[in-house]
Amino acid sequence: MDYDVVIIGCGVVGAACAYELAKHQLRLCVLEASNDVANGTTKANSAIVHAGYDPLPGTKMARLNVAGTAMMGELCRKLDVPYRNNGSLVLSLSEQDDGILRTLYAQGQANGVPGLALLNREQTLAMEPNLSPDLRGALFAPSAGIVNPWELCLALAETAVRNGAELRLSAPVTAIRRTEGGFCISTPQGELTARYVVNCAGVSSDRIAAMAGDRSFRIQPTKGEYFLLDKSEGSRVERVIFQCPSQLGKGVLVTPTVHGNLLVGPNAAACDETDTANTAAGLDFVRASAQRSVPGVNFRDNIRNFAGVRANSDRPDFILEESAAAPGLIHAAGIRSPGLSAAPAIGLEILELLRQAGLTLRRKDSFIDSRKRVRFHQLSDGEKNELIQADPRYGRVICRCETVTEGEIVACLHTPIPPVSVNGVKRRVGAGMGRCQGGFCGPRVQEIIARELGLDPTQVLMDWEGSWVLCGETKDVAP
Amino acid sequence: MIEHNLVVIGGGPAGLAAALAAWEQGVRDILILERDNQAGGILNQCIHNGFGLHRFKEELTGPEYAGRFIELVKNTDIQIRTDTMVLELTGDRILHTVSPQHGYEAIRAGAVILAMGCRERTRGAISIPGARCSGIFTAGAAQRFLNIEGYMVGKRVVILGSGDIGLIMARRMTLEGAKVLACVELMPYSGGLTRNIVQCLNDFDIPLYLSHTVTDIRGRDRLEQVVVSKVDDKRRPIPGTEMVFDCDTLLLSVGLLPENELSRQAGIEIDPRTNGPRVWENRECSIPGVFACGNVLHVHDLVDYVSAESEQAGKAAAAYLQGLRPAGEEIRLENGFDVSYTVPQHFHRGGEALELFFRVRNVRKNTAIRVMDGDTQIARFQREHMAPGEMESIKLPKVLLDRVKGDRLTVEIEPVGGGAHDAPSPAAGDTDSSLRSE
Repeated sequence: MDYDVVIIGCGVVGAACAYELAKHQLRLCVLEASNDVANGTTKANSAIVHAGYDPLPGTKMARLNVAGTAMMGELCRKLDVPYRNNGSLVLSLSEQDDGILRTLYAQGQANGVPGLALLNREQTLAMEPNLSPDLRGALFAPSAGIVNPWELCLALAETAVRNGAELRLSAPVTAIRRTEGGFCISTPQGELTARYVVNCAGVSSDRIAAMAGDRSFRIQPTKGEYFLLDKSEGSRVERVIFQCPSQLGKGVLVTPTVHGNLLVGPNAAACDETDTANTAAGLDFVRASAQRSVPGVNFRDNIRNFAGVRANSDRPDFILEESAAAPGLIHAAGIRSPGLSAAPAIGLEILELLRQAGLTLRRKDSFIDSRKRVRFHQLSDGEKNELIQADPRYGRVICRCETVTEGEIVACLHTPIPPVSVNGVKRRVGAGMGRCQGGFCGPRVQEIIARELGLDPTQVLMDWEGSWVLCGETKDVAP
Repeated sequence: MIEHNLVVIGGGPAGLAAALAAWEQGVRDILILERDNQAGGILNQCIHNGFGLHRFKEELTGPEYAGRFIELVKNTDIQIRTDTMVLELTGDRILHTVSPQHGYEAIRAGAVILAMGCRERTRGAISIPGARCSGIFTAGAAQRFLNIEGYMVGKRVVILGSGDIGLIMARRMTLEGAKVLACVELMPYSGGLTRNIVQCLNDFDIPLYLSHTVTDIRGRDRLEQVVVSKVDDKRRPIPGTEMVFDCDTLLLSVGLLPENELSRQAGIEIDPRTNGPRVWENRECSIPGVFACGNVLHVHDLVDYVSAESEQAGKAAAAYLQGLRPAGEEIRLENGFDVSYTVPQHFHRGGEALELFFRVRNVRKNTAIRVMDGDTQIARFQREHMAPGEMESIKLPKVLLDRVKGDRLTVEIEPVGGGAHDAPSPAAGDTDSSLRSE
């Protein structure tokens, strides 16, 4: 056997599993279909750490949400991931909503959510003055927060790699064959064998299960569309503002992001698993719904729309279990909201399922459990000066909107999981995330990637395979 | 903390002209801060000709036009510091800067000239629906790839927006061997100059679809198709009018926005109509000793006007440093019917002749501009043709200004015929008029 455990999928769930497993003496490999980690649901969601009053008591979702949220602060501190415990409010805008808030409060109590409080209109407005005139009251959840989801995934995966895990990018699994005492997994990069396989394949997790002969669940990809607004709108609200949940999900939320922008969304629509297109109808719906809770949002300051595909399944709960059809295959599937919040706890849960399935877990003597990167714009004036003197590239600002320096871009290209695309750089250091959306820095980032990785500029992609940016040199005359 | 008499933020055409004017007025300690690795600003990538007809009475390319000013600056002791980013400007004129050569540095300035220019509106700003594939560029970013880096961004191109950068790029991409399939404009008229429509579209048989917009973007990895629909008089897409273009590139030329993040941070009052600082007739902002000129103040059509305006700001900064302050009570300028903004926004009573710049909201033929002092018309200027894409200007002589009784003047367009009020009008800051050839 090449590996003790192979994890399929390196979104935040796969990365959390890799992080926990890398603490043990195991031969561990993570396979990712895309050319970068965090390139599916993980990069396109509400970026919320939910308090945990939404899931029904007794579900895995309830237990792991509350547990994951409790772990999030410490984990993000250790691994240098932007996180803010800003709390959340679910608004009541009607008499019917008042009843829903009481139900959520009771659920939250049963789930062990700390500090929940039902607030009246005045108490709520004192916390958030820009809410709807129809406001009647709110459910306040002080444990909720916001996080940078793709940096969380990257930090977990990077830490796993730093501690000996192997990561193969652009390695989509094409077949899984059961062998004696394990599995043989095919990818375009070749075959590999493993005693255990963990299925963290997100929207593709039902296909992965089926490859191993397990057809016990189906994924129904569900799209959610968003607006990301300029930082000028970033202080419109301080906390995560939800409306009351309905059959359609948690509803449209309005929240600041850890980067200081304002995020508004999502809607929910069944879709195909690769469909991340925005629709005029979806965006209109989100815009109109948001105005119900925070009427002042200035959508003229929108800087980007996006859509994320959530891995909803045909089961009401997270699918965290050993496959009955293929023992040794452990599913971490159907991880819908609150999957991001639950991810740290899902990592521990998978560890326990592997133990129950017979895997021997011995802790490593040493485990590097920290990560640090330079965030130039957050440094003091003295620290900035010191850094530039040591490396003048930190004095050259490439992304004007987000104040990202050449030094930071170069550094990220030499980390354990180097980006291969312009958006990969964006997800690591924030270049191109601002109001001009890479209009100024895009060409320069392209040039730096090519230079540092020894590529021709035409080989540098916008994001995933096939998303080329440049088609050739000008007046390119064939010899 | 180091100190300089005058600090100019931005080494494009505005910053260079302003610094030179201040130098000519006797200011000897001038520092220009430029974030790029060379001076010249966006002109460096505008390699087409047509710049400088007003100023130099000859047709120059963008780099040549910038080069003339850079040469003049070289003959002075004005310092240009490139690769230098201003992170923050404070209300008491302290600039926090970083550069590879000087590290982090705080500079105290006797006077500051804001000349940061503008940026392009993006796909997000207009929320075009569709796929998140590659192949969608702002026209200026594609222009940089093409003219500075030497790379083509695609081979089959659709252009959204008929602003001048888009038109110039239609011709440029065609000359480099790309097929430009269409130029699509939301408004019923072009945002660019007629001459550019003729020379950049018509001469290459590129169709211009007025009252149309992009309603869908398709492609999983790279752009494969864009869907273009006709819009009604409220600019809403009309179902059933969809046209599908097979293309790998969509260029956006959908407007420019003055870059005033530093100004806002400093607490400078911003006019929501121009998205630039609110200025006096000498281009002084709401914070004394801070002046603004060029596209950071309002988006210009012609670099020649940027130079002229910037000289005014440079002279005013010099006067400020010499202790000369304009006096007289405030007279405000307000936009009346069909005028979307004016620059300056206010002036001092008792000053010299005043040149006013503004834009109209609709295409107007054979009408007049009126200046009203309350109910009294104090000036009237006949015009054969006016359009939102073309900045208008009028000169009000001193004798006329001295007769103003009220504390505000209104600039308005004389309504002709009916229905003018119902016509669609672009919101403030939506005009796409780039540095372009005339």
